[in-house]
Amino acid sequence: MQRFLLKNFDAVRTAIAILIGMLICVLLIILVSSSPGDSISIFLFGPFSSQRTIASIFEIATPIIFTGVALSIAFQAEQFYIGAEGAFYITAAVGTAFAVSTSMPWFFHIPLILLVSGTFGGLWGLIPGYLKARFNTSEVVTALMLNFVALYAGLYLINNFFRDRAAGFMVSFRLPESAELPRFIDRTRIHWGVVLAIVVAVWAYYFLYHTRTGYEIRTVGHNPKFARFGGINVFKVIIIVHILTGAIAGMGGMVEIMGIHRRFNWQDLPGQGWDGVIVAIIGRMHPLYVVAAAIFLGYLRVGGQQLRLMSDVPFELVLVIQSAIILLITARAFLSQWEARMVIRQATEEAES
Amino acid sequence: METILSIQNLWKIYPNGTVANQDVSVDIKEGTIHAIVGENGAGKTTLMKVVFGITQAKSGNISLRGKLFAPSQPSEAIDAGIGMVHQHLMLAPELTVAENIVLGVEPKRGGVFFDFDRAVQTAQEISEKYQLAVPVDKPISELPIGTRQRVEILKALYRNAELLILDEPTAVLTPQETEILFQTLDQLKEQGKTIVFISHKLKEVKRIADTVTIMRAAKVIDTKPAAELSIEGIAELMVGHKIDLSRVATPEHIGPAKLSVRNLNMTRDDGVQAVRNVSFEVAGGEILGVAGVEGNGQTELVRALVGLLPVDSGEILVGSTDIAQLSPKDIRQLGVSHIPEDRMEDGVAPLMSIQENIIVDRYEKAEFSTWFRIFWKNVLAHTVGLIRDYRIHAGSPKHEISSLSGGNIQKCVVARELSADPDVVVASQPTRGVDIGSWEHLHTLIVEARNRGRAVFLVSADLDEILKLSTRIIVMFEGEIVARFEDASTVTAQDLGPYMLGIKRQEESSAKVSA
Repeated sequence: MQRFLLKNFDAVRTAIAILIGMLICVLLIILVSSSPGDSISIFLFGPFSSQRTIASIFEIATPIIFTGVALSIAFQAEQFYIGAEGAFYITAAVGTAFAVSTSMPWFFHIPLILLVSGTFGGLWGLIPGYLKARFNTSEVVTALMLNFVALYAGLYLINNFFRDRAAGFMVSFRLPESAELPRFIDRTRIHWGVVLAIVVAVWAYYFLYHTRTGYEIRTVGHNPKFARFGGINVFKVIIIVHILTGAIAGMGGMVEIMGIHRRFNWQDLPGQGWDGVIVAIIGRMHPLYVVAAAIFLGYLRVGGQQLRLMSDVPFELVLVIQSAIILLITARAFLSQWEARMVIRQATEEAES
Repeated sequence: METILSIQNLWKIYPNGTVANQDVSVDIKEGTIHAIVGENGAGKTTLMKVVFGITQAKSGNISLRGKLFAPSQPSEAIDAGIGMVHQHLMLAPELTVAENIVLGVEPKRGGVFFDFDRAVQTAQEISEKYQLAVPVDKPISELPIGTRQRVEILKALYRNAELLILDEPTAVLTPQETEILFQTLDQLKEQGKTIVFISHKLKEVKRIADTVTIMRAAKVIDTKPAAELSIEGIAELMVGHKIDLSRVATPEHIGPAKLSVRNLNMTRDDGVQAVRNVSFEVAGGEILGVAGVEGNGQTELVRALVGLLPVDSGEILVGSTDIAQLSPKDIRQLGVSHIPEDRMEDGVAPLMSIQENIIVDRYEKAEFSTWFRIFWKNVLAHTVGLIRDYRIHAGSPKHEISSLSGGNIQKCVVARELSADPDVVVASQPTRGVDIGSWEHLHTLIVEARNRGRAVFLVSADLDEILKLSTRIIVMFEGEIVARFEDASTVTAQDLGPYMLGIKRQEESSAKVSA
């Protein structure tokens, strides 16, 4: 038992963090709700109450898988690139512009739009990447600033050139039907993007752990001096990482438009880039765990929506739990004394035997 | 003689699971010099850290003059009359000697203001009382390392230390400075102080200690009067088997030069010229040893040889190719291997697996990957082979490399570098901080590489290592080569010392400049 716990300590710690986070949430609901029993059950089980709510979990998770996987690649190279938000947004705007100005059969149109948005996202990621690799500029600062550039450049593009004046809101023209990702379950908005997201995650996993470039990326992330010592081209790796991160995050933005909104309707940064940071950290930067983390986040969000609709608990509470869970997971020292005690006990046993 | 410090059945386990002290018992008699010897990782430093209150034991008792003693922090140990001089000196470089000595217990004027004059006076008094000359009004940063160490000792004495613990005090000293330190320790002993001397240098232990405690793998193997032990005997107890400390035989065949450096100049970031007009050659089948106090340009020189630092001027020829402008990868492809000075910094990625660390220079070989995919199966088989051939103690090639001991991590590095089939091996401090068993094993590997016709360039702060392995020796001081010895077999540590300290230098005419 002790041996098992020690071997899987990261997973155990994550599970306990999630449990404690949920417990805090339940306690908060008991405090604020007039019928806490109902509210708790809505929060915990509401997401599974109907086909529509279950579908919602995956609809929410889809774009976050893209951004989470994108950021996992960056974080594995120890590049704290937090520009996924901007890449997600501006690529969606540029992709929309491309989609509404072209028309062709869907089997050309969809791959081409994805290609264009992926390329654009990659170029967007290249900006902080090149600055980092060449001038050692902090990618945190450049990416953060570029998020604002993305927002206003995207708004300028859509509002001035592609705005649908017939619509009552500040939105773009509707995508041609050939550019829509089909929905495949009736009465839900689950679209092919979810399959695409999982394919991307599996590809990223394979890429990071089973290819040359993936090995180079992880080596640079673990110890750039060692990578250079061994002959790895650190400059090249940093550039590749930023391009990939921008490309995947950007593609995620366009997929969200093609699958859910069907026209560009964001007047502000939508937040999926930041959610990507959260799931990349919960998933410990492993693309496959990131998928699980994104679905978990989707579950929390749907639970929150259900609470808002059907109980007297405010939506803000959900944000509180999310924060609590993430704090607990990311705190490296959380439960470390417990781990140390187990290690010491085991070492004593081994030394005495 | 009274027992001043008695340690009984002490256990210490670190939070990462390392058992550092296992049921350790030692008695230390007042007024003696008591050496604690053992390989790195044998638990000697940990034991003293427990005594000094830096870390706490899991179980067991310590008594000081018969009274139970369990310091929870160093200040308690200091109050009880224990002083410790750490391996890495803990002095404020910008402050003067006097200020450093009184730091923390300063004389005050009116109870508030630091009384500089009285600090100088006190420092002077204590320096005279113990006959340890130090320039009390000079800043630490201007003093040589041996004098700094003396300041550390005075600092402990000023706090009325009766028991002085010195952790590997000679690691950073030249032979001459070491001798001065030993005279100091003898004096202190005569004045009734007790000294605990931690070391793994056996000659020194034999020279200075009255009693020797030998530790191996967290346990005490034996405690004996030094007079009853020979150097070979201590070494055998330390390692558990016989070891060979004698010089290696000179090589039979020396081939043509494989590495030639001509008129190399380098400047550090801070503008100081680190390497001045350095020229030398290393031929296939020989080991060129570089002696010198650390920080005299050796680090920069080595990094230039492997492409990690740019040079100002001069040539570095591998075969006939000038590599001064090439990338580390290109240089490796020309057949240059590098055992780096700081293995945790450059030599490995600590949290990656052993196999991932092994392939950093060879993952692009057809055996291990296509342009896209890595064949982990082949990597695993290759790593298993190296673990076997180089006698690395490791559970699985998939374990994190940092889970190994220092000696075994170094063996992984050496295994990688030597199995790359290099023409030139650039080895910098190849055995730093490894246990004596690994020390010996690594030496065997380096000599084998030499015998297979590789050119070995060896930089080391360990003079025993330089003398044991080198075919020829050069000495560096302040970035220059100040002496060349074409036949290392007749050279002694005493011969090298004056050159290392910059007291002597060979005339350029008498030094055979190989170019």
